[in-house]
Amino acid sequence: MNDLSWFVILSTVVGALAIAIGIVAPGIAMGKAIAQALEALARQPEAEKSITRTLFIGLAMIESLAIYVLVVVLIILFRNPLLEYLLK
Amino acid sequence: MDELDFAAHLGFHVGPLFIGPTVLTTWLLMLIIGLLAWLGTRRLDLDAPSRFQVMLEGVVATIEDAIAAVAPDDARTLLPFVGTLWIYIVAANLIGLVPSLGSPTADLSETAALAFLVFLSVHWFGLRKNGWSYFRHYLSPSPILLPFHLLNEVSRTIALTMRLFGNMMSLELAALLVLLVAGFLAPVPLLLLHIVEALVQAYIFGMLTLIYIAGALQTQKQSREAPHE
Repeated sequence: MNDLSWFVILSTVVGALAIAIGIVAPGIAMGKAIAQALEALARQPEAEKSITRTLFIGLAMIESLAIYVLVVVLIILFRNPLLEYLLK
Repeated sequence: MDELDFAAHLGFHVGPLFIGPTVLTTWLLMLIIGLLAWLGTRRLDLDAPSRFQVMLEGVVATIEDAIAAVAPDDARTLLPFVGTLWIYIVAANLIGLVPSLGSPTADLSETAALAFLVFLSVHWFGLRKNGWSYFRHYLSPSPILLPFHLLNEVSRTIALTMRLFGNMMSLELAALLVLLVAGFLAPVPLLLLHIVEALVQAYIFGMLTLIYIAGALQTQKQSREAPHE
């Protein structure tokens, strides 16, 4: 196999693995955050507004980690800057 | 050029600048929102408000309440900026559902521009309220932490950019992939998810802006209260 097919295979495998592994930690973190928020909500239903607001912001922060993984994977798959060296 | 896809190829050059579909969609949105606001506020009536006026008042009052929950003292000052961001991003996220139009927020340049506006306005509001002592919070609690404060400014702006862009683009991409794999009408459930996600992302962008600005506004209060105690 030549270099280019190795490049294609490796970047596909790495992309799939990266998104698979990279999603796990934000998933756990989001689950923890939601569980805690539900617990707080069950104890203090009248504080619903501020709990929901804080929860959403926290989820957004956690979610951006997963989005970073996605952006990196998309760069690897579609706009890999290192491909130039191979094609030269 | 594909008939259905014509909006994606629209664009012209102004000197070295390329005015692409993103900017054109943004202008279209600005036109629509501005026109609606102008029409809605033309004949305001206190005694017998029209239906549209009641709706607009509801939107503004809801936004003001949401702002007042975070920054009670400055809700009026922040209302124009944060409210505009909210309304515009909701419209920009949802316009991607219209066939042959793409949401401008799925373009990295657009979200970067919005995040840059937020970056500038945080300092603007902070300076306007606290004067030059606003910059003192960079040195608190200790001047050693200055690099981290500066790093925080940059990283949260980039995070704001990437979050909106990544969410919007990945949703469009997911719908496209399902369309390729499963065929006609299959991505409709995903597009329903797109509506929810568009609203949530707009809410989060505005809310984070609000929290950053509120943080800049409060720096003075904390440092003033500290000597009392």
